[in-house]
Amino acid sequence: MSDEKLGKVAGNGLISRRHLLKVGASGAGLALSAGALGADQGLSFQIPTWSRQPGPGATAYGARSPFADDLQRLAAQPNPTYPGGGSSRSPLQHLQGTITPNSLHFERHHAGVPNIDPSQHMLVINGLVRQPLAFRYEDLLKYQMVSRIHFLECSGNSGALLRGEIGGSAQSLHGLVSCAEWTGIPLSTLLDEAGVLPEAAWVAAVGADAASMGRSIPLTKALDDVMVALYQNGEAVRPGQGYPMRLFCPGWEGNVSVKWLTQIKVTQEPAQFRDETSKYTDTLQNRSSYQFTFPMGTKSLITSPSGEMTLNQPGIYQITGIAWSGRGSIRQVEVSADGGKTWAEAAIQGHQLDRALTRFTIPWEWNGGDAILQSRATDSRGSIQPTRSDVIASRGTLSFYHNPCIQSWQVGPAGEVRNVYV
Amino acid sequence: MFKEFLCSVFFLILAHVPLIANSQESVRLGIPVTEEDLLEFDLIAPPDGSGFPPGGGTAQEGKQIYDVNCAVCHGAGGEGTSGNTVIVGGDMQSEGPPLRTVGSYWPYASTLFDFIRRAMPATAPKSLTNEQVYQVTAYVLFMNGIVEEGTQINGDTIREIEMPNANGFIDRSHIQ
Ligand code: HEC
Repeated sequence: MSDEKLGKVAGNGLISRRHLLKVGASGAGLALSAGALGADQGLSFQIPTWSRQPGPGATAYGARSPFADDLQRLAAQPNPTYPGGGSSRSPLQHLQGTITPNSLHFERHHAGVPNIDPSQHMLVINGLVRQPLAFRYEDLLKYQMVSRIHFLECSGNSGALLRGEIGGSAQSLHGLVSCAEWTGIPLSTLLDEAGVLPEAAWVAAVGADAASMGRSIPLTKALDDVMVALYQNGEAVRPGQGYPMRLFCPGWEGNVSVKWLTQIKVTQEPAQFRDETSKYTDTLQNRSSYQFTFPMGTKSLITSPSGEMTLNQPGIYQITGIAWSGRGSIRQVEVSADGGKTWAEAAIQGHQLDRALTRFTIPWEWNGGDAILQSRATDSRGSIQPTRSDVIASRGTLSFYHNPCIQSWQVGPAGEVRNVYV
Repeated sequence: MFKEFLCSVFFLILAHVPLIANSQESVRLGIPVTEEDLLEFDLIAPPDGSGFPPGGGTAQEGKQIYDVNCAVCHGAGGEGTSGNTVIVGGDMQSEGPPLRTVGSYWPYASTLFDFIRRAMPATAPKSLTNEQVYQVTAYVLFMNGIVEEGTQINGDTIREIEMPNANGFIDRSHIQ
């Protein structure tokens, strides 16, 4: 088929995002050899056994199909000198849509997951307030709540690209981002009840895990859109995400959304916790270091085809991926199949919410030759996702947090897809 | 039958009453407490010295606590046993990538007391007394050449310690 007929819009096989709408099923079927009959393809039209006998009945708690239960988070090996510490990464290349199932939401723990009895747990607000208060979990459930869909991304996500790591998958390189509907109480409601004093400028949030992990957050943010989240995708926040409650700071580096939240102390200055001085800070080439880098960048990633996948034959593929920004919604995602020489606009599949994952897709014809797939997001403020060299030029390679750079996937002659640097 | 049905409905309603959210905007269910109630609960020890408990200690006193509770993971001299357990040494102006430790990188000494008290030793956090935390804080500072072996570390003196990289940070908290 001629390039024009296929609606080619950029180099190396990218097809107009509108094209498949026009050609419909015939377009999607291009990769099949013409004239193959069902029986020749090994299809059987006998009534299967599961259509001949009733299955088990309804259950109290759901489970996934045994045919689809190999989907797992990727967790690092336990480290005896770091009990409970480490992370697990979402299998981005196998997920669709924009909501991450709670069982596959990424995790990062500093001293393991505490087993908290909510009747023994308290949220204390103290410091520069008229009246220090302690809130019981059962009482918090009675407050008016809000629900918002937001991504959460670990500050260290995609750091591997700045280190120049060889190989890797969407999950191993970028799996520290997930997206959920969070429901909880605006922190401002609880702060108002305690009565914030005029000299206050920060809050210090502390968790009830063994590390009593703490982070300082400017009061402006705390009063703006931070919530004490009690539910994730409709169910009580799971232990790995902070049961019975976590702080949730939309758009900001994951570490400030303190899990197992047990204290909010209103202060004049930041507490200068270890996880906002020693860690989660970025040293520049001139050896000074950025501290308190809060909003995550404008970012996107092709999740399929992606690293460690294989394309089984030349033909048409749906490129798909996710985009997000810590400071707004996604306005546009462009895709390149020639390593960034030419770009085509991808279609947005589903919603484009503020500080939430946005799904994009674009058809692409792989001709069997060399290709380098990239995606580039632009957010509602007009901020454009940088290349890896942009990031290195502006801050060097001494630090690995807060990296939003463009990912390049190379498709080799046998259809194998690898992480590369261009 | 009808009676039974009514009964079960009644039971259901009763069972749920305490759980139903009260959606009035005026819910105010925080229980008033005092800062005195929170003396053991509130572990925040910031640079201005507020929040530091009574007591103090020196590196001399801290060596034994370190050898027994910390050296197994952080090494006898703080050289570490893995990438994230090095707590002594380094130089931000070194030629290659700088080794960032308590001594070379941390902007505040208060963070050391705050962190050890809340999170260390990693296998048994909060098992040391405040006195022991002061002592071992002094010892880690001493190993980094920041204080003398006999320097008394307490809520007053820790404020005065000038860390080598204190001016090495650029605050970006205004970008929200
Ligand atoms: C079981 C191993 C283990 C023991 C014992 C232990 N630590 Fe640690 N320590 C760690 C690990 C692992 C980290 C890094 C934690 C992280 O990254 O979240 C750490 C971090 C630290 C840090 C911060 C390092 C940095 O650069 O951010 C200090 C300071 C520290 N420990 C001091 C101590 C002291 C003092 C003791 C003894 C009272 C102690 N540790 C006992 C494993 C241990």
